Amino acid sequence: MRKVFVIALAALCFPFVIARAQVTVHVEPAHLDSPRELAAQTEQGVIRDYLESWRTLQAALDQNKPGLLDRDFVGAAKDRLAETIQLQTGAGIHTRYEDRSHNLQIAFYSPEGLSIQLIDMVDYDVQVFDKDKQISTQQVHARYVVVMTPAEVRWRVRILQAANE
Amino acid sequence: MRFRLASLIAMLPLAAPPFITAQSNNLIFPRSVAAGSAFSVKSSEASKGTLYIVGLGQVIKRDLEPGQSANIEAGALHSAGHYLVFLVNEGPTETGSLEVTPAKEVADLSFLARPSRLPVSLRGGITGAVYIFDPYNNLVTAPTSVTFELSSPNSTPQKRSVMTRNGSAWTQFDSTAHQGNGKFVANVGAVSSERVIGQVPGDPCGLRMIAVPAGGLIKLQTDPIRDCSGNAVPDGTVVTFTASYNGDQSTVDVPIKRGIAEAQIPTHPGAVLTVASGVVMGNQIRWGNK
Repeated sequence: MRKVFVIALAALCFPFVIARAQVTVHVEPAHLDSPRELAAQTEQGVIRDYLESWRTLQAALDQNKPGLLDRDFVGAAKDRLAETIQLQTGAGIHTRYEDRSHNLQIAFYSPEGLSIQLIDMVDYDVQVFDKDKQISTQQVHARYVVVMTPAEVRWRVRILQAANE
Repeated sequence: MRFRLASLIAMLPLAAPPFITAQSNNLIFPRSVAAGSAFSVKSSEASKGTLYIVGLGQVIKRDLEPGQSANIEAGALHSAGHYLVFLVNEGPTETGSLEVTPAKEVADLSFLARPSRLPVSLRGGITGAVYIFDPYNNLVTAPTSVTFELSSPNSTPQKRSVMTRNGSAWTQFDSTAHQGNGKFVANVGAVSSERVIGQVPGDPCGLRMIAVPAGGLIKLQTDPIRDCSGNAVPDGTVVTFTASYNGDQSTVDVPIKRGIAEAQIPTHPGAVLTVASGVVMGNQIRWGNK
């Protein structure tokens, strides 16, 4: 049975997203290739934290502030996004990523419980600004492979990579 | 001749570079490139402009002269993902997209093996999971064979090959019957990662003691204490001797020394003597006659 969540972002996260439209989130039943059982609470926590990481990503890339990544990103994902922000700053541009829908499935829960992999068929808009002038916009439909690892109080994104089937 | 010509025409799509695609009216560039590959973006515009390649993993900005190509050097665009490609000049901006796929070569493994220490002969007790990465630290998502091997002194190695799914693979092995450090290796081609798994004796098996008079006391002494696979249970493991007599109970905890445990307790004819280690119970002796 397919679970459907429609998440009102204003209720979810930060004040700066209050004006945003709703994001539709579909969660497919987990198709786990793992000996480890995935508790419902863990699944909900991972999905909640992943969706929040898009808010963080949006703010960091829009404001070119790598420090905003600290809460939700770690390891390679954080390094990569920080590098992108540095390149954006050098090029005098900033980008606005607005996710419209996520179709999520948890694909792998590592046996020792230290990583969870999600597949996200995501639709988002990208707007590119040079200084403050919008120079491009595009709607994107992409398949993302995401690996999340547990931190003290939340799951953080360690790998975020668009990848074809 | 006609046949040859037809064959040639049929082969043309194969011979042409399959990735070269016009992405918009004014730009020509590949639809997909491997991370770190060199490629070029050609403009058919009559005026100069600025080329942007923008993604979550990287950003590239280059000036582009009319009718010229922007050469993206090997290693310049190395972060796998989805990119917007567009040229900004006096005319309307047209945007195309570019997929950067992970390089095929696996250069690194992230190998998580658990636990680092466990009892011998534990079914499915050892697990290992890997994520595989290319030279640019992109997750290699194409199915790739990973070989896991667990080898221990005095045991036949356990070996298994697993195909990755979305860049990850895992396996599970039994711990061996013999104590000692096991070598747990994951490898893809020439790239490997090794972890050491300490396999320690399990719980005592067939715990047995004898009781002999020692002056006014009873001397209790176990046989050499081994687990069910015959490994000596390590010195320091606590063994508990208990004497129950007339509703009273006295207990002595002693560590195993040189493979055995021994203690002396006061003698009471009719006392019931028992031995245990952890949750494992040994034999029971009724001392003398009441």
